[in-house]
Amino acid sequence: MSLWTRVGNVFQGRNLSREIDEELQSHIDEAIAEGRDPVEARRAFGSVPWLREESRDAKLIPWLDSLRADAIFGWRQLMKRKVASAAAILSLALAIGACTSAFRLIDALLLRPLPVANAGQLYALSREVIGFDGKLVSWDGWAYPDFLLMRAAVKGQAALMAVSYAERLDLTYKAEQEMEKGWVQYVSGEMFSSFELRPAVGRLLSESDDVKPGGHPYAVISYDYWTRRFAQDKKVVGRTFRLGDRLFEIVGVGPEGFNGTETGTVTDIFLPVMMHDGVLKDDWQWHRTLARIAPGVALKPLRARLDATSRAFERERAKSLTGISKEILEKMLAQTLVLETAAAGASGLQRDYRTSLIALGVLVALVLLIACANVANLMTALAAARAREMALRVSIGAGRWRLVQLVLVEGAILAFLAAAIGAVFAWWSAPFVVSMINPPDNPARLSLPADWRVLGFGLALTVGVMLFLGLMPALRASAVKPVSALKGGDDPHARRRSMHALIALQTAFCFLALFVAGLFVTTFERLSNRPTGFSAERVLTLETIAARPQPAAVWDQVAEHLRAVPGVEKVGLANMVLLSGGSWNNSILINGAPSNGVLAYLLQVSPGWREALRIPLIGGRDFRAGDVYPGVAIVNKTFAKVYFNGEDPIGRRFEVVFSAGQRVGFEAVGLVGDVAYRNMRDPIYPQAYFPFYSVDAKGASLPIGEGTFIVRTSITNPLALASLLRREVPNARPEFRVSGIRTQTEINESHTIRERLLARLAFFFGAVALLLAGVGLYGVLDYSVLQRRREIGIRMAIGAPASDIVWRVTLEVFSMVLAGALVGAALGLASARYIESLLYQVKSTDAEMLALPSITILLAAVLAALPAVIRAVRIDPAKTLRAD
Amino acid sequence: MPKPDSLQGSLDLLVLKILSRRPRLHGYAIMSAIKDWSGEVLRAEEGTLYPALHRMEEAGWIQAEWITKETGRRARIYQLTAAGKKQLATEESRWQAVTAAVSRVLRTV
Repeated sequence: MSLWTRVGNVFQGRNLSREIDEELQSHIDEAIAEGRDPVEARRAFGSVPWLREESRDAKLIPWLDSLRADAIFGWRQLMKRKVASAAAILSLALAIGACTSAFRLIDALLLRPLPVANAGQLYALSREVIGFDGKLVSWDGWAYPDFLLMRAAVKGQAALMAVSYAERLDLTYKAEQEMEKGWVQYVSGEMFSSFELRPAVGRLLSESDDVKPGGHPYAVISYDYWTRRFAQDKKVVGRTFRLGDRLFEIVGVGPEGFNGTETGTVTDIFLPVMMHDGVLKDDWQWHRTLARIAPGVALKPLRARLDATSRAFERERAKSLTGISKEILEKMLAQTLVLETAAAGASGLQRDYRTSLIALGVLVALVLLIACANVANLMTALAAARAREMALRVSIGAGRWRLVQLVLVEGAILAFLAAAIGAVFAWWSAPFVVSMINPPDNPARLSLPADWRVLGFGLALTVGVMLFLGLMPALRASAVKPVSALKGGDDPHARRRSMHALIALQTAFCFLALFVAGLFVTTFERLSNRPTGFSAERVLTLETIAARPQPAAVWDQVAEHLRAVPGVEKVGLANMVLLSGGSWNNSILINGAPSNGVLAYLLQVSPGWREALRIPLIGGRDFRAGDVYPGVAIVNKTFAKVYFNGEDPIGRRFEVVFSAGQRVGFEAVGLVGDVAYRNMRDPIYPQAYFPFYSVDAKGASLPIGEGTFIVRTSITNPLALASLLRREVPNARPEFRVSGIRTQTEINESHTIRERLLARLAFFFGAVALLLAGVGLYGVLDYSVLQRRREIGIRMAIGAPASDIVWRVTLEVFSMVLAGALVGAALGLASARYIESLLYQVKSTDAEMLALPSITILLAAVLAALPAVIRAVRIDPAKTLRAD
Repeated sequence: MPKPDSLQGSLDLLVLKILSRRPRLHGYAIMSAIKDWSGEVLRAEEGTLYPALHRMEEAGWIQAEWITKETGRRARIYQLTAAGKKQLATEESRWQAVTAAVSRVLRTV
């Protein structure tokens, strides 16, 4: 008989038994027909059930059969208490789903190797320096000339590649008007061969594209972009597109699955580094440097050589810097080069979200543990109720393993049902979280495949949960002593002790979850409520490009046209939007004295800009028509404080030090309020504003190619005007085109996306943890009252007051809660330093941060204890004692 | 409880041998055959015969089918498979070897 028939027989047990019985019956009939005494013939068979079992075992797979029986039995046990089982399965499903989801995100962003040859040998170069505020600053940007020196220094030991930060740029394929956005990345041609990638169509970039600055107008598009934009048209090779003032020719399509090395961004177009404007500039750090280290090369000496080369480069470059004191210069040059593994790519998303995702992962793991502890307690309570059944099984000969299996199967049913529901949850939630990370107009993409890595994780998690749930009760059940159990119970406290230990554990984890959630929520609140110094409501920003640089008068004409649009209140121009993330900073000299090392942040704005953003004018005047750069400047309060010792800056002069020692003088004509410049977390910088229009050394006006209109509208939802304004700009002057419209509010909020995500998810999981822990506490107390009702009945009968009963019932559990909370607080304080970088103006040692979870847990514990306490006090001694 | 096996582990061999001579027998007939052919010396108990038959069926040495006899009763009859024939040869030679060895011991002592 084949294995499959045997497997089949397992699930047709009834038929099998009937067949065996029939054969035996036919034997007896035969014997009687031969003249044997019917009674004697039947007796000759001995025990028919035993015989049937023997034959059954031969015809099927005994262990599978017993598993089947246990599964059916377990299922019946679960169905007996539908509500409790459903609650257990749902809480486990939520926790398993959340854990799987967190794993998917962590795996996709931080663990999954890039689809390139020997991803494990890939490292990213970054530098660390102690900043002016004493904190360690790390950045991974490099200047190309520095890169060339480093590449030469480690030739033969490591292949260095320059990969620019992916940028979403405007490009056109046909007519000038049809502008579209694409993610563009400048890369060393060597990258493709080093990664051993093969083109899907045409050719890839190569070393020969890394030679002449500006001389390689070729582009390779990614497979994903090829599919999305060109529907895999093979004729794409040879097509040209315009990017800025350059024309590029598409020479090939990259391999499927390769989206560049910036995890979290799907690069559309790869261009040679030689085509980047900064390729010859030694002070423009615009690309990452990746190193593929040859097998067998030691990291330490390699790092030391790169470090020495880079330091020498910076020291050489610093020679041209003037006006910086020696001390500050030394501080700036004390950079340490760091090699970090980049097997999973290197991206800003990784830097921003690494700690957050891990913190969330730990949080959901805590929720899972709490849920598991709940269900384990539930199962322990049920096992207690089944002690007699177990004892009976042992006395009729069930082996120890058989009992372990019986209970484990029940745990497995719970775990796998929960895993199935959890999988659906994870399927939905991981992309949902990614969508929360990204603002809608800037969709960073993370590929989230559900492959064997995720499945394996989910399976391991489920089996782990099963063992956690089943093993303890299973071992306890199997160790049952029939004599004492059947007599009416062994030590009832043993079971309660383990339940109480789990309560302490739950409380500790719940405290930790609430503590962390509190920190994140407070951070988000403080950060989003931080005053920015300007009014973002009703403000639209229109990034605008002119086909060819246009003179100031033409830009003014467009601004004037926009002012006439109904619904528009004020219009200003700037070369950059506040809080857009970019920055322009330089040293400031007063009266030619050496700089104090504090950089000022700069911006070019037109008249009307200040009013559009409602930044208060404190002294002097605003810009007016005819003001040009260089010449006059408006400064903020912090600027006056830092450089003029808080004196009135109006009429005073200062110099800005640009690269290569070039100094430009300005006169402060206005003083304005402080505004947030780069992001919400940074302190207020000294800031100087210069006129939007520039003149050259001879005083001739310089045409301008791009700028951003800051438009204050009179309507609550400024986006309603977006499409109208987008049309009105080319209506005013056909050379102009709007390349992007965003509300200032949206720009401001983009700085709190991570904090909002953390706050929301942490709050949600904190609440779930609290709910689960509360339900767990309720269950255990209720069970213990039920178990002790005889004892309570006797106590009441001999005159114990209700307060004494309450005290006895709750004392043990509440001391566990207290112990758990203390452990949780200790864990919280110990772990807070790992998430310190995510916090804003809140410390883990703040009394309120510890008080909040303590009070919440206490309240939840009291609430959870109430029903059990009421039940205990209401016990009627006469009834209880009579019942037994 | 099973009765002590009076056949000293030779039940499989006997069943296979009987089925090789007379195919398509049901359990009762096999039991009778063992009794008759051994001159009423050997007896297979019902309690051991049926589990043994089912075990051998499971091992693929014999195969079973239900037939309806002329009396109208259904019976489950067994016959040897190719694997069973091979097994019979093995068992037979093993039995010969064992009995020869036992005889040698008896002669020597």
